[in-house]
Amino acid sequence: MLTVERLEVRYGGIHAIKGVSLSIARGQIATMLGANGAGKTTTLRTISGLVKASRGTIRFEDVELTNRPPHEIVALGVGQAPEGRMIFANLTVKENLEMGAYLRKNRAEIQNDLDFVFSIFPRLRERIKQPGGTLSGGEQQMLAIGRALMTRPRLLLLDEPSLGIAPILVKTIFEKIQEINRELGMTILLVVETGELMIEGKASEIAKNEGVRKAYLGET
Amino acid sequence: MSELLQQIINGISLGSIYALIALGYTMVYGVLRFINFPHGDAFMVGAFVGYYAAPRIVPLVGGSLLIAGPITLLLSMLVCSALGVTIEKLAYRPLRPRPKLTILITAIGISLFLEFGGQLVFGPDPKSFPTLLPSAVIINTPNLVLRSTPVIVIATTVGLMLLLRFIVMKTKLGTAMRAVSYNQSAASLMGINIDTVISFTFVLGSSLAAAAGILYGSLYPSINPLMGVFPGLKAFISAVLGGIGNIPGAAIGGFIIGLIETFVTGYLSPTYRDAIAFGILILILLFKPSGILGRAESEKV
Ligand SMILES: Nc1ncnc2c1ncn2[C@@H]1O[C@H](COP(=O)(O)OP(=O)(O)OP(=O)(O)O)[C@@H](O)[C@H]1O
Ligand SMILES: [Mg+2]
Repeated sequence: MLTVERLEVRYGGIHAIKGVSLSIARGQIATMLGANGAGKTTTLRTISGLVKASRGTIRFEDVELTNRPPHEIVALGVGQAPEGRMIFANLTVKENLEMGAYLRKNRAEIQNDLDFVFSIFPRLRERIKQPGGTLSGGEQQMLAIGRALMTRPRLLLLDEPSLGIAPILVKTIFEKIQEINRELGMTILLVVETGELMIEGKASEIAKNEGVRKAYLGET
Repeated sequence: MSELLQQIINGISLGSIYALIALGYTMVYGVLRFINFPHGDAFMVGAFVGYYAAPRIVPLVGGSLLIAGPITLLLSMLVCSALGVTIEKLAYRPLRPRPKLTILITAIGISLFLEFGGQLVFGPDPKSFPTLLPSAVIINTPNLVLRSTPVIVIATTVGLMLLLRFIVMKTKLGTAMRAVSYNQSAASLMGINIDTVISFTFVLGSSLAAAAGILYGSLYPSINPLMGVFPGLKAFISAVLGGIGNIPGAAIGGFIIGLIETFVTGYLSPTYRDAIAFGILILILLFKPSGILGRAESEKV
């Protein structure tokens, strides 16, 4: 479903990733592991078009994504809940979720997905009129995932959804991620901090993929 | 007492002009994080569109100001929107990845271009703005003369502000604008086309500047190609006073600066008219750089 080949990204003079290759099959929860600074976030940002690739290709369902603008990539079906959550603090919970549905027209489907988001994260429904910035860290993470779900992606990229969240909530969030994968058949690429992997069994780790192991676990 | 009332009305109508211009500064700052200097000149262009269009529109609608006024206003808003969007597309967009200073200098260049281009095209001499708003005397006492012009100016301003509030708070594009001004990366991950939102912001800001130009011409009927310089600066100061990037703040700041300027001119001395705004700017920058409604937190992104 997603194939990344020999991806290289530079920030000015800094060579942030040097030749990452990975591929993900439909319906999978793939996990990406790696030390701090290994380039996990950079890889996701490049897939979403927030950062330009200096070399390599990204293909999604036979469509070339490499260096397209981010809004087109979302339209093609790749959603992301970015590292650090990036909730719109000045928008209410409802508005945050509505922004997720920005490109969508079908009101009934939007309402359906909204109901789904509330069914997995009931806390968000209670906070619906509150500005996003007033939510707790865990609630913001739920909102970030919910907002990405509202783009109705076929591939969902989640960058360290457990970052800065109480251990008890981390478990819940990972359960919800599995639920999303199961209920919606959504393919998920999950970035986890090394040693923090909570999903067992079902997830097939792309970390086991040779290219990725070289890219992430070999170096640094 | 009536003297005071008179000054307050004058202050609020002048403040309306500053507030309308200030809204454009603050909205563009919100999405692009820089001061769009030519904005004051868009206000001038708005007035000149009115100057040229009104004498042609008024006879077309049988001399009715009630119809000619809004049509002229809309036309001017349209022309200035096109101007604002064009400046953004041609000058700012290609420079967006560059350092802010580059864009700032470009902005100043465009501002000078419009001011001196305006002198070339419209002529440098002051022109008298055609009558677009009825100026009937509503109240006439020895101490207070209230004409309809300032009342219409204030009412139009309030109407436009309510419309803006609706657009920004209730529509999808307005919400996207707030999202973009908070975090561009996150907004683009929602599928929002940042360029569209920025263009839309320029449409809103330039439209309000155009309206300010028409209303200003109706209040103080002498216009010239450099007329945007001081109102532009004072509107910018209003936006800073209200908290740059903050929409209600810009409106409040505009009214405050308009009132203070009118009071200083009326009760102290007209000499300080222009100086007072800069004095206020220095005070804000010294004591509360985030402005009245500005967020205290450090800038995001
Ligand atoms: N905007 C930037 N400018 C310059 N260098 C950057 C930028 N963003 C990331 N880098 C560098 O690129 C490298 C990869 O960073 P990235 O954020 O992708 O790592 P990561 O694997 O997500 O790390 P973490 O586990 O800490 O989140 C790091 O060395 C980082 O310092
Ligand atoms: Mg990271």
